[in-house]
Amino acid sequence: MTALSDQPKAKHGFRLSMLIYDKRYRSITIQIVALILLFTAFGWLFNNAAMNLAKLGKPLSFGFLSQPSGYDINQRLIEYNSTMTHARAALVGILNTLLVAVLGCITATFIGVSVGVLRLSKNWIVSRLMGFYIEGLRNVPILLWIVLSMAIFIEMLPRPSAFRGANATATMYLNDSVAFTNRGFYIPKPIFNAGSSIDVIVFLLSLVAIWFFGRWAKKRQENSGDILPTFWIKLAIFFIPSIIVFYLSGQPISLSYPALTGFNFTGGFHLRNSLIALWLALSFYTATYIAEAVRAGVQSVSKGQTEAAFALGLRPGRTMQLVVLPQALRVIIPPMISQYLNLTKNSSLAIAVGYMDVTGTLGGITLNQTGREMESLLLLMGVYLTISLTVSLVMNWYNNSIKLKER
Amino acid sequence: MKKSVFIGALTVAGLASGMASAGTMADVQAKGFLQCGVSTGLVGFAAPDANGNWAGFDVAVCRAVAAAVLGDPQAVKFTPTTGKTRFTALASGEVDMLARNTTWTFTRDVDLKFEFAGVNYYDGQGFMVPKSLGVASAKDLDGATICIQTGTTTELNLADFFRANNIKYEPVPIETNAEGQQQFLAGACDVYTTDASGLAATRATFENPGDYVVLPEIISKEPLGPLVRHGDQQWGDLVRWTLNALISAEELGITSANIDELSKGTNNPEINRILGTEGDLGGMLGLDKQWARRAISAGGNYAEIFERNIGSATPVGLSRGLNALWSDGGILYSPPFR
Repeated sequence: MTALSDQPKAKHGFRLSMLIYDKRYRSITIQIVALILLFTAFGWLFNNAAMNLAKLGKPLSFGFLSQPSGYDINQRLIEYNSTMTHARAALVGILNTLLVAVLGCITATFIGVSVGVLRLSKNWIVSRLMGFYIEGLRNVPILLWIVLSMAIFIEMLPRPSAFRGANATATMYLNDSVAFTNRGFYIPKPIFNAGSSIDVIVFLLSLVAIWFFGRWAKKRQENSGDILPTFWIKLAIFFIPSIIVFYLSGQPISLSYPALTGFNFTGGFHLRNSLIALWLALSFYTATYIAEAVRAGVQSVSKGQTEAAFALGLRPGRTMQLVVLPQALRVIIPPMISQYLNLTKNSSLAIAVGYMDVTGTLGGITLNQTGREMESLLLLMGVYLTISLTVSLVMNWYNNSIKLKER
Repeated sequence: MKKSVFIGALTVAGLASGMASAGTMADVQAKGFLQCGVSTGLVGFAAPDANGNWAGFDVAVCRAVAAAVLGDPQAVKFTPTTGKTRFTALASGEVDMLARNTTWTFTRDVDLKFEFAGVNYYDGQGFMVPKSLGVASAKDLDGATICIQTGTTTELNLADFFRANNIKYEPVPIETNAEGQQQFLAGACDVYTTDASGLAATRATFENPGDYVVLPEIISKEPLGPLVRHGDQQWGDLVRWTLNALISAEELGITSANIDELSKGTNNPEINRILGTEGDLGGMLGLDKQWARRAISAGGNYAEIFERNIGSATPVGLSRGLNALWSDGGILYSPPFR
């Protein structure tokens, strides 16, 4: 009897053992303990690092960023010289990383989507060739491809001095306007003279016009079912107004051609070997993964969809474009995001070919010349984290926008 | 409760970091070998031979230190480091000392918290070009493409030199000497620049060394020497005086051939102090009396090490120049052993 009357009393009281034995509290207890352990681990790590740095006489300090860097960088998108600060050098590096990442992502997407679709081709030779390309490239580490492509550029292409003299062994292409050398590609560079701003504005306006035209044509097609030859019209809008204005305003944009003077080609635009080698290697390598994602996506769309489209009289190209790919995209995009992130992170192998990305400037020369390992690496991790999170954010937003809209 | 756990963790961390650096000499003696940071391969200075044994001018310093501390010049493990990784390797304790043609500069000594044990090679930065380029002076290099090892003082000197002379250049950053050599030979850069000794060593490995010239300009002072972490004076002293012993041995005529003879005692008190037959200099370092004798026996005195690895009879073919003894017209000078 006493035992029975005791029970309600126990329900109201709270004993410490209930934290472990009571289901209501147990999960909270476990979470709090895990949190404490996690914080302790981080605290220990940070404290240990800070203590050891202090012992070395190098307390954490970011003052070195405002010191003059003292070194030169060959590839730069913004004004930079050796009297500027380490922070500026880091910025030059960040922009170089972004440049190769953006170029690489765009190229890899184009190659990847084409190869992925071609791999599903009914033509035996084409599909086998694509399979060979994918399996061959992605099963070799990316670093080797980067080094290999650089070695090919350095060893195969002629040196600038081969272009010199009466009996030159190398020649320039396209009416003496393009030179391929083992120091990079030299191509003509547009020079914007006075009055060229009108031309640039007209060109930008025609881009806007193309976009509006595309929207209008789509709406018209949805309403009337009439299909316009949009590609040719867009092409015309792209070229014709700009060319007319260019001649009317007296050709204010001229080209600066590369010419061999002294040790190197001068004038024109210098695409360095290091950039091209890194860009190509990253693109072709990442494209293999994208191709596989595309193949998986296309195969995930049931065969009935294709057959239904064919039954409606759509040609294979249009079926792919209008029926299969839109449904496949929701399978393709998520793995594509991680491939873009991989490409961006793999670009940190740039130093292997002497491309000055952020790992080369902030995490390389700056780190070495100032001896601020901890600070430089923390900053470097922050930079990559920010870039990667931004890429994922944008791609997730895109992913949401192409999700199947269930009405 | 949470707080006390945290404070406990801090204490443990503090103790752990405190114990890690009790003294490099004790650490080296406890593990039985010396971990020495060297370059990734520069003929004459530090390069593995066909059997994988490291040899060279910088390697000889490591071996002398190992002989002094451990009694065995072979008790050295080598860590190849690039211009970029060397300081991190030393600062983190991955290596006990660095003997890797490293220039003694203010910031490295003061700001990076290292301690240079002296200078084993007085060098300067030079330029190497193919003869066919027809360049006679570094000031003719306007617009040239220049291969340069990243993370070195040469990189900073180069920027300074071209800025001071108001001429332009295109730097091609490379990570190791081997990469630089490949790019230079393929003509991807017109000029290769590094310390003049490094240029001579690199040129020695070329198929046709005669097709390349080193320009007369030396654009910087590059005193190269071994270094250790700041804050461990005993270890720093040991490396410094091992190097000084090698230099003094040359000055006093102690060679690997006659060292056993001289160790029986001589009329020269300084020789006796170095070789431990008089006084107890070794004891002051925390070693026995024979330490310097072992260090010198390991590879001979400074002159022997120089001539065997990089001297005029070797493919590298460097003359003593500045690195001759002060009494022979150079600036090599060791403080007295007393």
